[in-house]
Parts: sequence; structure tokens; C-alpha cells
Amino acid sequence: MWESLARISALIRKELLAMLKDPRARWSIVVPPVLQCLIFGYAATYDLNNVPYAVLDQDHSFASRDLLARFDGSRVFQRVADLQRAADIARVIDNRDAILVIQVPQDFERDLLLGKPASVQLIADGRNSNTAGVAQAYAGAIVDAFNADWRGQHGEAGPPIDIASRAWFNSNLETRWNMIPSLIGTITLIQTMMLAAMSIAREREQGTFDQLLVTPFRPLEIMAGKAVPSMIIGTIQATNILLVAQLWFRIPFQGSFVVLYAGLVLFLLAAVGIGIFVSSIAATMQQAMLYSFLLIMPFSLLSGLTTPITNMPEPLQILTFANPLRYAITIAQRVYLEGVGIATLVPNLWPMAIIATVTLGAATWMFRHRVA
Amino acid sequence: MSALALRVDAIRKTFRRGPKETVVALDGVSFSAQAGSLSALVGPDGAGKTTLLRLATGLLTADSGEMEVLGIDAARAPQEIQNRVGYMPQRFGLYEDLTVQENLDLYADLHGVSRATRPGRYKRLMEMTALGPFTRRLAGQLSGGMKQKLGLACALVRSPEMLLLDEPTAGVDPLSRQELWEIIGELVADRQTTVILCTSYLDEAERCSHVVVLHEGTVLAQGAPHEVSALAEGRVFLADPPEGQTARGLQARLLDSADIVDAVPDAGRVRFVLTGAGSAPRGVEATAVEPRFEDGFMTLLQRKRESVRSASFTLERPLKGHTTEAVEVRDLVRMFGSFTAVDHVSFDVRRGEIFGLLGPNGAGKTTTFRMLCGLLPATSGTLKVAGLDLRTARASARERIGYVAQKFSLYGDLTVRENLDFFASAYGLRGEARRRRTSWALEQFELGSHVDLRSAELPGGYKQRLAMAAALLHEPEILFLDEPTSGTDPLARREFWRRITALGEQGVTIIVTTHFMEEAEYCDHVAILDGGRVLAQGTPADLRTHVPAEAGRAATMENAFIAIVEKARHEDSARRRSAA
Repeated sequence: MWESLARISALIRKELLAMLKDPRARWSIVVPPVLQCLIFGYAATYDLNNVPYAVLDQDHSFASRDLLARFDGSRVFQRVADLQRAADIARVIDNRDAILVIQVPQDFERDLLLGKPASVQLIADGRNSNTAGVAQAYAGAIVDAFNADWRGQHGEAGPPIDIASRAWFNSNLETRWNMIPSLIGTITLIQTMMLAAMSIAREREQGTFDQLLVTPFRPLEIMAGKAVPSMIIGTIQATNILLVAQLWFRIPFQGSFVVLYAGLVLFLLAAVGIGIFVSSIAATMQQAMLYSFLLIMPFSLLSGLTTPITNMPEPLQILTFANPLRYAITIAQRVYLEGVGIATLVPNLWPMAIIATVTLGAATWMFRHRVA
Repeated sequence: MSALALRVDAIRKTFRRGPKETVVALDGVSFSAQAGSLSALVGPDGAGKTTLLRLATGLLTADSGEMEVLGIDAARAPQEIQNRVGYMPQRFGLYEDLTVQENLDLYADLHGVSRATRPGRYKRLMEMTALGPFTRRLAGQLSGGMKQKLGLACALVRSPEMLLLDEPTAGVDPLSRQELWEIIGELVADRQTTVILCTSYLDEAERCSHVVVLHEGTVLAQGAPHEVSALAEGRVFLADPPEGQTARGLQARLLDSADIVDAVPDAGRVRFVLTGAGSAPRGVEATAVEPRFEDGFMTLLQRKRESVRSASFTLERPLKGHTTEAVEVRDLVRMFGSFTAVDHVSFDVRRGEIFGLLGPNGAGKTTTFRMLCGLLPATSGTLKVAGLDLRTARASARERIGYVAQKFSLYGDLTVRENLDFFASAYGLRGEARRRRTSWALEQFELGSHVDLRSAELPGGYKQRLAMAAALLHEPEILFLDEPTSGTDPLARREFWRRITALGEQGVTIIVTTHFMEEAEYCDHVAILDGGRVLAQGTPADLRTHVPAEAGRAATMENAFIAIVEKARHEDSARRRSAA
């Protein structure tokens, strides 16, 4: 037992030494994840700002000006053109001058004053369906507010239902708040999986793996000695992302660090397990690298990071159960934004333990039985 | 015939290593090669042989000095030179996933060989290299010798006026080596191609018309091979080991003597070269013999001899008192798919013996080794190492063996000391014991001056020493060495065998593979492998009886090997014919 621990710690020391000795290697472990995190924080957002829109006001009334002033006054929209003819609408959309065109027809004010339903046309550029949808939703909200105010000012009864919406855990519904905590899982998965996969593939390619196998190292000891250093690096990277989230983006942390790190350790174990399994199949470093890249795409698509898992077809939903990132993102978001305790997270913890056991077990078997 | 194909005048070339250090690869080298002649560059590792060849191809430019290739200034028109010169680097760029024919086509395309001339030229090349029957085979599936021949064919596909070959026969079995030399001879004699090659086989230098001996970037000597041999004139002797002593023992004793430049076992006797003219040391029965190139070469390199002699070496605790067989192999078979890599191999190795597995690349030596070390399961058959099958034995059983893999597998990013510390810990050495063993290793292998160097930056010979040191830290009973002398120069090889001999004397069982046939002379027992089978085994003297001694000269191990392999291949084809 004691002998075994001594050997494992020797291997861990050697791995860390090889990984961190070169200043460039140290740099590449710390800087890229932080950069990725910053880029994601700024670039990957569904929040709309300064949406260019054009106006075709055929009414030129107080009511129409009031409505359009509400668009101009919001931070979301920015008027880029005043159109004169309906024929111009196609041009501004086609040229991508505007994402949205608001057409206020003649008789808009008259209909309103008569208490008849008045219509406003919103034309959106559907080539980017996501942006169009969000822009339409914002515009709808502005029109709703206009309606409510108009009714109040003209002595009419308010709408039968008044929706008072509050977004819990992220009151301004900022994409960043939900994106950055998810990166704690996503970025570290990529890095730890690659590190683990490459560390064994490199030894195999350079012939040192044989040398390791003829020493008294047992396969499980090699596995531990290879897994721990990658996990240490993964933990450092996750911590860096956590620091960026709190100190740079100022996203308030609601939960307990102990719970978050407990989940993280299991997740890293699963990530390293997948990496080591990849390296047990790969013959060269190049193959290990390729296989890891192949896995990264499905892992992030099937994680719920960008699209909700419940929207996916049934078979894909089943596949997500084998994806450690799915659980890591849930844990990160729930601990970070919601502050849940460990008891709530149990359904997300044990699947990662199973993934780690299966991949590490299979890799251990492969090391001894693979035909070189 | 007096035109010069290559004129090198006071060439100097330096490289940067790291931020501060500058390495002088060539320092004022001058020589010339006649058109249509065969010249060789010889010298230890790091002498500057490859650099010189690469300068001649125009791939590198010299810092100073002049180089004229086929009358063209190499510094001014490298492209023109590359159009007229064929170059075969140490590891020729064959595409292993393409067939022999596709490789040839590719190089013909690259060099713009016209379609019309191709069929005739391919036919000649295939006849010359005897690769004709294998044109559809993937290059990756050729044996080492065939790969070299294909590389040569690719370099010759556009009939260059001059051919530069960098160690064309390294790692090639004696039969293929003979064939390669026949091709080279034909090129020079029949087609007046100028050939310049570098080699670490000193017997090959003797076949050239001009030899340049390089050492650390300077020319030690040049001229016809017999001029170099003549440097040892009157100083070369052959001695018979006294009754009850092995040639290896006598050789070790002679090497320790201050007035002897070189001593090697030679067909059961010992060949040695004296520092100056004189007679054999007292107590040694010796007859004077004609010097050969190697003797002259060793005389030239006298001042480096120190490292060979000091390569003797002592274990902390000599091993004694084992009587069991160290290794027992019975009917060992290993298949890869339908390919039989090891075919019913059987042999025994006794304790304290030096056992050599000889054979060309691809003979099954490494596969046998990996099975012995428990790295690869056997398809069938039994094997026991120190009484155990290492594949199924407890992990601690592996403490009894040491393993030096091909290419001296070390962690290149770690320093010498870090490598030693890691392997010591891997074998459970801690605290005081670890300190004691690592300083033993540093001292015995003279690595002290390099402790803080990254092992990837070590010169070739030092890498081999470090690999051996790492494998001996835990004082194993049995040491496995896979091709330890491949790609090392004659000096490093002598040094290596000096250490191995000392280890054997102190009771360590040694199993070593090599494709240098003369190294069999250092072994107690030898098995010759080819195509996965043991063709012959016994003491070196037993094996030499397979060939009749030529007039006045005992058969060499290389002659024996060729005779044995040819006989086996002949029987094989006869059997196949009668079966058909």
C-alpha cells in the first residue's frame, strides 16, 4: 500500500514536472482558458443592443410618434431610416440596413380614438431566426406597454390580464450569467481531456510507456498517476474561470464552494477517464488529438450549453446521459446562480462517477491487453 | 576523368543550441571528390558528416568557405544543384501508405521525369534493386533493407550526376547490405555516377576510393583507405586467449593496458592495436597482422580512447550463487493477424551469461523481447524469466529485470537527474537508498557533468548511458537491451560493450539484440533469427563453423550469418517448391 502510494506520487511528480517545467507550457495552461472565458463573456450573448430598425410612418400622428418614441427611447433599438414608401421596406431588409421595419398604417390614430383595433406591421429579417425572434419579442413588449398606457390615459379599462414577470436567479436575463458558469465545465473538459489523452499517447509514441510497464507499476497506479496531474491542472483552470466570473464579470456567486468543487472533482475524473480511454485506443499523438476533437463537438452540443436538452429528439436526449458536461453545466449553474446544496445535486453526481468508472476501467484493461 | 564533382574549401558551419550556446559543426573542412568516384565520410557521432552532405545539396548554407558542386557555387544556385544531385537522408522520406510503384511515380513526378523515359528507367531500377516482384506492396510493409533499396531507387529515378547517401546501410541486415553495395558499385563503375556517402561501418570505408575521417568538425585524415590503414602499420596483432580464458576477458584486460589503442574480439581471438610501434605486451601470445581501415581509424582517434577504457564499471553488490536458468523459452509463437512475427522460437539463457539475439530488422527480435518483458502476450508457447512469466506474475517480480528499449526511451523534458530520480522511485527506492543509487549511477556512467541537462539534449552516447543507468538503478538480475548499439558510432559501441562485459563478469545476466554481426563475438551464446525463426544457435565459435575458413583468415560472424540465412532461405524455397 505504502509502496504503491510512493510510486503513484513519483509518477504525479514526474508528470507535473514535465507539464509545468517549460514556461511556455505553464503559460498555455493558464492564459487560453481565461481568454476563452473573456471572449465567451462578451461575444456569446443573445442579449440585443442597438438593433437597427427602419420606420414607415404613414399616419404621422401624435399616437404614431408616441409609439415610435418608445422604440427610440429603449436601449434595444436604434432607428437607421425613415421610409417613405412601402416599396422601400424590401430594400432596407435585403441590404441588411435594418433588422426590423415598423410600418404604422394610415388611420392608426383614428382607429385608436374610435376604440377600434389598430394594427402595426413588424417586418423582421428572418435570415437570422434567433435575432429576429428576440427583436420581435422586444418590439411586442414595447407595443404592449404602449397599449396599456393608452388605455389608462383614455379612460378605458386595462387589459384583462397583467403579466408581472420576474426572472429568478438572473433578474435581467443576461446571457452572460448563464454562459460563464457553464464554461467552468466546458473549457476544463476540453483541456483536461486533451491533457490526459496526450500524456499517455506521448509516452507511447516516445517508447517510454513500455519502460513504465516493465517497472513494478501496476496498471491502476499508472492510471492514478496519470489522472491526478490532469485533474490538478483542470482544477486550476476551473478556479481561474471562477475568478473571472466573479472579479471581472461580477456575477454573484450564490452557493457553496465546497459543493461546487465536489462536483468538479467528479466531473474532472470523468473527463480524465474519457481522455485516458481515448489514448488507450489511439496509436499516436496525432490520433489521440483527432479523436479528442471529434468528441468535443458532440459533448458541447449535447450538453444543454446553447440549446435546451428537452428540445432535442428523444434518441439524442438519451445520448446526453453519457455526457459528463451535461451534469457539470447543471451543477455549475445551479450552485453558482441558485445556491443549491449537495443533496439536490445527487442525480447529477452519480452518473459522472459511473462514466469515470467505465472509462478508466476500460482503459486499464486496454493497457494490458492491447496488441501493440 | 580529372574533373572535380565536389570541391569543399575551408567550410565552416555553426548552429545555435539554446539561447547562448553555439555549436561548431564544421570547422575549416576541405576536400574534393573526383567525378565518377566513390568517397566516404567517416567519424564518430557529431563529427559533422550529415552537415557536410546537407551543405553539398544546397539545403544549408555555410558560414564561410567555398563549396562547388558539379561546378556550381552551392551558396549561389542551390536549386540548380538540387536538380542535378540525388540525396538520400538517413531516414528517407518514403510514403509508407503508398506502394513501391506509387512511391517511384511520386518521386518521378516531383522531379519532372518525362513519361516517355519512365518505363525503361523503372525497369532498370527494379532489376538493380530486385524489387520487381514487390511493386504492389506497401512501402511500410517492406523490410528495412528493402526500404533502403526503394529509397535509393527513388533517389535514382531521374539519373542524378551525383548521389549523396547518408548512412545508407544503417540498421540493414548483412545480406541487404551486400546487395546495396553491389548497387552502389554498379552506379560508380557502369554509369560514372559520383557517390559520396557517410557510414559508421568502417569496413565499408575500405570499398571507397577516397575516405575523409572527420572528428568534431575537423578533418583528421583523408586519402585512399589503405593510407589510413597504414597509420597502424606494424602495430596490429592477433592474440589467442590463454587456456581457460575467454576472448572477451582477454580483450577487456588488453583494453585496460595503457599502450593499447584498441582491442576487439575477432573470431575467437583478440585483435589489438598498439599505441606505438613495438611488440605485444608480456604474457600475450600474439602474431602481427596487416592493419585494416578500422585499426588506422582507431589510431587516429587515440585521444578519445580514454572514455572507452574508463568505461569499466563496478556494481555495488555483485550477484552470485544463482543456479537456475535465467530465461527459458519454448515454442514461442506470436501472430499479428495472419502474419507470424515469431515462429516457434526456443532458447535458454543461463545465469550470468551474455546472450545475443542476432538478426536483421524485422526478424522478430523486438517482438520476442517484448514478450519476455511481459509487454506483449504470446500467441502460444511458454516462457519463463527468472522462473516467472512476467505477464502474469506479480508486479513486484518486474523488479528483477531491467529493460533498455530501442532508442533509449527517456523523458526528454526531464533532466538527467530527474529521470534517474523518477526511475529510482518507480522501483521503490526512497531517501538514502535513492540518493546512494543515483550517485552510483552518475559516477559509474560518468554522467556527472550532465546532471542538469535535459535528456533530449544529451549527445547520442550519453543517452545510451543514461538509459542503461536508469535500468540498473534497482540492481536487476537480468538486463534486457534492445538494439542498444543501433545508430551509435564505433567508439560508443566499444564503450558500451566494455560496460556489458563488466556487468556480465559481476553476475548480471544480459540479453541483447543487435544487427551488428561482429558484436556477437562479445556474447557467450548467440541465436540467429530471421523471419521469426531461430536459424542457428550456439557459441560464436559454433556458428562460425557454418562457413569454411577462407585462405589464412578465419570466417567472420558476418560471413556465418550470410551463409546461415542463405541456406535457410534456400531450404525454404526448396520445400515450397516440393510442396507445390
